[in-house]
Amino acid sequence: NVDKNKLVEYFRAQIREDPDVASAVAAIRSLLEFLKRDQSETILGLRENMTKAIQRLEETDSSVAVSSGGELFLRFISLTSLEHPDLSQCKNVMIERGELFLKKISLSRGKVGKLCHTFIKDGAKILTHSSSRVVLKVLENAAADNKRFTVYVTESQPDSAGKLMAQKLHNLNIPVTVVLDAAVGYIMEKVDLVIVGAEGVVESGGVINKIGTYQMAVCSKAHNKPFYVVAESFKFVRLYPLNQQDVPDRFKYKADILKTVKDLNQEHPMIDYTPPSLITLLFTDLGVLTPSAVSDELIKLYL
Amino acid sequence: MADSDGRQVDGVNHATGKIYRLKLFFNNEGKELTKEEKQRLRKEKKQHKKNKKDDKGPPEKEKEKEKASVPAPSKPATQSPAHKAAPAPVHASESAAAAEKPAKSKAELRAERRARQDSERTSKQGKKEGGQQSASSKPKATPNELQPVVKRLPEHVQVDDPAALKKLAKKLERQQVRQIHSCDLPIVPLRSDYGYKVSLFSHLHQYSRKSPPTLQISIPATVIHPSIVRLGLQYSQGIIAGSNARSVALLHTFKQVIQDYSTPPNEELSRDLVNKLSPYISFLSQCRPLSASMGNAIKYIKKEISNIPSQCKEEEAKGKLQACIDSYINEKIILASEAISKYAIEKISDGDVILVYGCSSLVNHILCKAFEKQRKFRVIVVDSRPRLEGREALRRLVKKGIRCTYVLISALSYILPEVSKVFLGAHALLANGYVMSRVGTSQIALVAKAYNVPVLVCCETYKFCERVQTDSFVSNELDDPDDLIVTRNGKSHLENWQTVKSLGLLNLVYDVTPPDFVDLVITDLGMIPCTSVPVVLRVKNVDQ
Repeated sequence: NVDKNKLVEYFRAQIREDPDVASAVAAIRSLLEFLKRDQSETILGLRENMTKAIQRLEETDSSVAVSSGGELFLRFISLTSLEHPDLSQCKNVMIERGELFLKKISLSRGKVGKLCHTFIKDGAKILTHSSSRVVLKVLENAAADNKRFTVYVTESQPDSAGKLMAQKLHNLNIPVTVVLDAAVGYIMEKVDLVIVGAEGVVESGGVINKIGTYQMAVCSKAHNKPFYVVAESFKFVRLYPLNQQDVPDRFKYKADILKTVKDLNQEHPMIDYTPPSLITLLFTDLGVLTPSAVSDELIKLYL
Repeated sequence: MADSDGRQVDGVNHATGKIYRLKLFFNNEGKELTKEEKQRLRKEKKQHKKNKKDDKGPPEKEKEKEKASVPAPSKPATQSPAHKAAPAPVHASESAAAAEKPAKSKAELRAERRARQDSERTSKQGKKEGGQQSASSKPKATPNELQPVVKRLPEHVQVDDPAALKKLAKKLERQQVRQIHSCDLPIVPLRSDYGYKVSLFSHLHQYSRKSPPTLQISIPATVIHPSIVRLGLQYSQGIIAGSNARSVALLHTFKQVIQDYSTPPNEELSRDLVNKLSPYISFLSQCRPLSASMGNAIKYIKKEISNIPSQCKEEEAKGKLQACIDSYINEKIILASEAISKYAIEKISDGDVILVYGCSSLVNHILCKAFEKQRKFRVIVVDSRPRLEGREALRRLVKKGIRCTYVLISALSYILPEVSKVFLGAHALLANGYVMSRVGTSQIALVAKAYNVPVLVCCETYKFCERVQTDSFVSNELDDPDDLIVTRNGKSHLENWQTVKSLGLLNLVYDVTPPDFVDLVITDLGMIPCTSVPVVLRVKNVDQ
């Protein structure tokens, strides 16, 4: 248990030092540290400890990405021949693979940015939702490419994350306007495309993202505007929600609320689910995918 | 000149009449053409074509079409009173020869040769299978494709075309080649179609339950194993229904067949057994068209048999095959349904109202398991005529203690607002993501989509097939039309439907549901969207 607390502290420290890092990447770094310091005698024991560590991290930060990143990390490091007679050798192999995985995913945001910015044409008006570091990277790349475009950001209550995004964009000298969440339908006719980030990409090809994404998707479908999602591949998660209700509670609410509040019906969920029929394309470090291709990639990742 | 049907043929080109007669001699039974005669024929044809270069096409084409539907006049040289062959092909080729383009000549010649060989075969057949029924002599033209201007689908793809039927019979007969049989009756009989078929589905077979396929085979059948005969009868009478039940029954019967099999001397088990199985499979498909699951099972068995090493002793090989079949049933059907239930139970939450259609063994199993796991839900069973399979599902669920409601499919839009999920079974999942299931399923999926109710299809991976189909017409199954006749208050109004010429009864068995109406497919590999079926097929093929 002492280890677990240390783990959580390490995780929090990571996020503090590097606010720009994706929470999943921070989680994986902490897990790698945990793996290095782990004292178990058997591989099975090691795996169990890792699973418990992931659970502990999920309790700290209840976003989907931490859960999916953790599981993918575990799969990746164990997806190799662990037939060495010496446990420390096996551990070294796993640590090596862990470092490799970490390196790969640290680069994924850059890859996504490179892929997506070509879809932004000169003079485009872009609508985005809440604050996403990947979308920011994409817009940064587009601006560096000397493209002229304007951005509309929704306020995204209850935490007003949109205002943060607007500030960051302002620092990049991109003309930005903050709009109310309720004004999405109003502004939709003016925009050319919608780009949002994702907390998790589910098996059906749909996405889980900050609350308000679903209605933005429905509006854009009604106006026939392309709806793009940018996400790194470690956000692919083995969930298959059928509707909003079907998303597990542990993702819907913030971690501390889950622990303290008794009646979740009184709480407001922080995320919603956007079905694949409303999404035009997904930009990931695995390439530009249609929603139906996500399942293909997931099968490749997990099977 | 009048044909054997008695129909007057008008517009025959009398200038070429002589040539017609000459070239049609082989349409009559009996003599095989010698090589010289064939060559002579070809030369004459070439000559004839050169002479006819000036004749124009279109009016001839019209006459061709007409002539094509008429049997040839008899030729003095070789005659046989009982000729039933299709001489029309030659007519068509003849008239096509009249078309000027010399470039067509080779194709025409080839087609003519093909037609000739066909009719030779049929004539030989006519002698051998005296008892063989063949369609009444109203042959339709086969190589309409020869006509350069008019492109029509060759009519020989139609199932009721006598030439095609004969080809099928010939194929069935060829499967008896290695066996010694003295009976004159066909080993694998051709079942005849029953009643008027709706034109959209005229390419499918429609059999009557009152004329079982075993009427024409000698009992005890010397070639077909008795348990296969029994199985075929069970299929055709509807005693065994449902794709899982049919596949399991088929596999058990094959186990019995393998048990009773003994390798003839100088034969290898791996090759001979496969050949022995072919007539059985033809017989079964005559009883009832094979389902996709049965097709996959048969493919698996054939592969296993042909993989038996030749030095393997017979008893050992038989034991191995039986073990293979057992493991197939266990893995692909029994364990798969356990895995599917596990995934499906995650999707059933307390307070759910679940709609099911018809009787799918898998869906019933899932619901029973979910009930055992203390999930609180109630079920609405939707049923439809004429099979009324929902009653069986209702019986099983109520026996478990699940709260059920029973409606007919006409009440679907009435109860759908109450429903939270729809669970459907599948007969097969096609490679383009379409779901083939009992007729009525696509209707349920459509209305559920309109009400925004999630539709979940449960299907084991062994039912995935490589076929692609976008509509329910191109490949389906027609059940006995008499099933639609219902007796109410002692009166059955449709009893004499055959006497009314403009009336057709259509009893479809399957329909296809597009993937946009299906939200989720639960398989033993996990939960996948409907569009990922080809991915699973690819992964499976890589595994094999």
